[in-house]
Amino acid sequence: MTVMTKTRARFNLKAAAPFVALFVLIALGAFVHPKFLTFDNLVQNVATRTSFIAIIAIGATFVMASGGLDLSVGSIAAFVAGVMLIYLKSGGPEAGVGMIALAIGLAILVGAACGLANGLITTVGKIEPFIVTLGTMVILRSLFTYLANGGSISISPDLKDIYAPVYSGTFVGVPIPVLTVLAVAAVAAFLLYRTVFGRHVIAVGSNEDVARYSGIAVNRVKLWTYIIQGICVGIAITLYVPRLGSANSATGLFWELQAITAVVIGGTLLKGGTGRIAGTVAGAFLLEVIGNILTLSNVNVYLIGAVQGTIIIIAMLVQRSLMRKS
Amino acid sequence: MSGVGAQIPVVSCQNLSHRYGPVEVLSDISLDFYQGQIHAIIGENGAGKSTLMKILAGHLRPTSGILTFDGQQVTFSSPYQAEERGIVLVHQEILLAPHLTVAQNIFLGREIRRFLAVNDAEMNAKTVRVLKDLEADIAPDDLVENLSIAQRQLVQIARALLLPQRLVIFDEPTASLTPMETDALLKLIVKIKASGVAILYISHRLPEVKLVADRVSVLRDGKLVESRSAAGLEPVDMARMMVGRDMAQLYPEKILPLLRKMAMDVDGFTVPGFVDAASFRVGFGEIVGFAGLIGAGRTELFEGLARLRPSRGNASLKGIAFQSSPKAVMESGFVYLSEDRKGKGLLLSQPLGTNLTLAALEKFQVWRVIDRPKEAAALSQAFDDFDIRAKSSDMVAGQLSGGNQQKLFLAKMMLMTPDVIVIDEPTRGVDIGAKQQIYRFIAKLAEGGKAVVVISSEMPEIIGLCHRVYVMRSGRIVAEINQDSMDEESIVVHATGAVKAVFSAVCV
Repeated sequence: MTVMTKTRARFNLKAAAPFVALFVLIALGAFVHPKFLTFDNLVQNVATRTSFIAIIAIGATFVMASGGLDLSVGSIAAFVAGVMLIYLKSGGPEAGVGMIALAIGLAILVGAACGLANGLITTVGKIEPFIVTLGTMVILRSLFTYLANGGSISISPDLKDIYAPVYSGTFVGVPIPVLTVLAVAAVAAFLLYRTVFGRHVIAVGSNEDVARYSGIAVNRVKLWTYIIQGICVGIAITLYVPRLGSANSATGLFWELQAITAVVIGGTLLKGGTGRIAGTVAGAFLLEVIGNILTLSNVNVYLIGAVQGTIIIIAMLVQRSLMRKS
Repeated sequence: MSGVGAQIPVVSCQNLSHRYGPVEVLSDISLDFYQGQIHAIIGENGAGKSTLMKILAGHLRPTSGILTFDGQQVTFSSPYQAEERGIVLVHQEILLAPHLTVAQNIFLGREIRRFLAVNDAEMNAKTVRVLKDLEADIAPDDLVENLSIAQRQLVQIARALLLPQRLVIFDEPTASLTPMETDALLKLIVKIKASGVAILYISHRLPEVKLVADRVSVLRDGKLVESRSAAGLEPVDMARMMVGRDMAQLYPEKILPLLRKMAMDVDGFTVPGFVDAASFRVGFGEIVGFAGLIGAGRTELFEGLARLRPSRGNASLKGIAFQSSPKAVMESGFVYLSEDRKGKGLLLSQPLGTNLTLAALEKFQVWRVIDRPKEAAALSQAFDDFDIRAKSSDMVAGQLSGGNQQKLFLAKMMLMTPDVIVIDEPTRGVDIGAKQQIYRFIAKLAEGGKAVVVISSEMPEIIGLCHRVYVMRSGRIVAEINQDSMDEESIVVHATGAVKAVFSAVCV
């Protein structure tokens, strides 16, 4: 009787906010430096460098949409890189693409296993994810330092040149890391918006009790979000390793903060119940764009962090006030 | 002593109206509240009592009409402003911080200080005094989380009574109290009145109203239908004024099933800490009521059966033992609709369609991918079948009125095509029109051969709707009452455990 089947084409201010912010920043950047608005700078440089954080943040979108939190992603990244590099260090001249493919599989598997551990401790142990992942963050960081013997681990020189194009190469002119981000985002968006699992993630994050009373296996849903997070970290590392061919104590440092920031800027609520994949990617890109503009406009390198943080807080304040209005 | 001629009322409202969207919940109410008078407001759920009280206490601003305090026109933009003038509301719902002590809760937001630190000794001493007045056996340093619902209610009353008062509004203060506690509270209210305070007393326990009220006003469907002195007014008269229509109109005709095939059979079922060895049966085509006081274990019994709580004992559904996971139980044909619609029934921040299909989502998938057109079709079907009134289909569930939320919740669970439907407080916070629709829907389910269990704290609802009633008290099923011997008094006597004589003494 009272049905009005309205199409969802209505302009959604909340979902558009990160893109509007990104657009404003890009316009600002173009004004600051002529080199800014070039394919070389925006795509080859900024977007490619964004790729690790963007992929990790896509995983974090699942965790946070379900009401969870994963602080350990930076340490998982370091640990996965460590395991992968130890394997790749052993490669001699005879080793080739096959070994690299195996290493990529290994990275994803180790990432998934770390996520599984986080998820099991959180759900079966009924411990706050904040505490659990704070613990695994420290554990995995320490394990990496142990693997690296306090220093760094490098890929075998024979493999370095074979693997390097995965980061530096392009396909039809677009850098492979950028394509990877787009592919991961597409799969993630399908999973989150179109499948039963995705609907369950949103339900659990929106109200765990309602989900439970609706017959949803809440723990299983949460567990899978952490596994997805782990897999995403694994994928990100398979792009990170060919970049420098080594990992050291700075690998993955503060990545968890960047990932969480990207997710929140993208419009996913910290308390759960929404998840915006495209917003997350925009958020990650936005962080890197800010850094790029600051570098191009010759801001003191040591102050970039402070300016970045300030801009993020301002962006969030603007977004919050937009949300109140709509 | 009541409403003396030239006296200025403490609070007076003139032509007060309030609407939520297009729905007028209060229309053109004019009432005066005098000091030293207990003014009872009675009416069914959804009659507008709570809206009126929220306006008086500054929680809501009326759409139109004026409010005067000591003869001066006032507008309250927050409850604090009302409290500053001495208008105190004793809430029906429990609004306490569970991890704080009784004294800390009572003084929350108005702590007594000694220099920079809080003065616990003095707050505890004052708490002891006010609790003694209430004849409540609670220590000031008890943690609220360890108290029973009734005790929490008393703490809440104590909290309100510590403020300086001109008008105290009691909203169903005795709903969860035992007869003894009720008695103490009523005495206290009379004492407060004697100290020159105006009292607004909201209740649908009519014998209590008869006992304490000086003046009675009746609200029905948002309108003031009568306001008169309580002298000579009997509970029966009040009930007639409240309902103002044939009860048969609100409740559908009861059609008893001819053959009673068992739908579920429960024998010695225990939910540790809540329910002790409950045994009962429900037949197809039957509407079975579960009556009892809050905390009697009715909700927990069915949550246990639905495997939402740890439980043990024998229970079978259509001859087969109950499944062991919530999902499997639902899929085998048993659904439980929680009393906590907003906390456990619907995702308030999510769209209507998401809510509708959440439990039965497997029926809307092709290879784990959601079939969106099928989902949209189910939503418009539910709108028609359950008469859900939504301004648009892309609203979120929290934007619906209570009645429409309840209908959506029903529609959601009916997508599971259950055989046994348990509805916990089916009409809590639902307006009278939707109430009638829900009753009709429940009757139709039973007529169609489903087994229905209604858990309700509202006696008229149980009596008007059910074929048979089980009464629970302190975790046990203490009585089974059949159609012919079903009346309010026998249910209440079993529910409270009061001997008949005691019960009548309290309620006159």
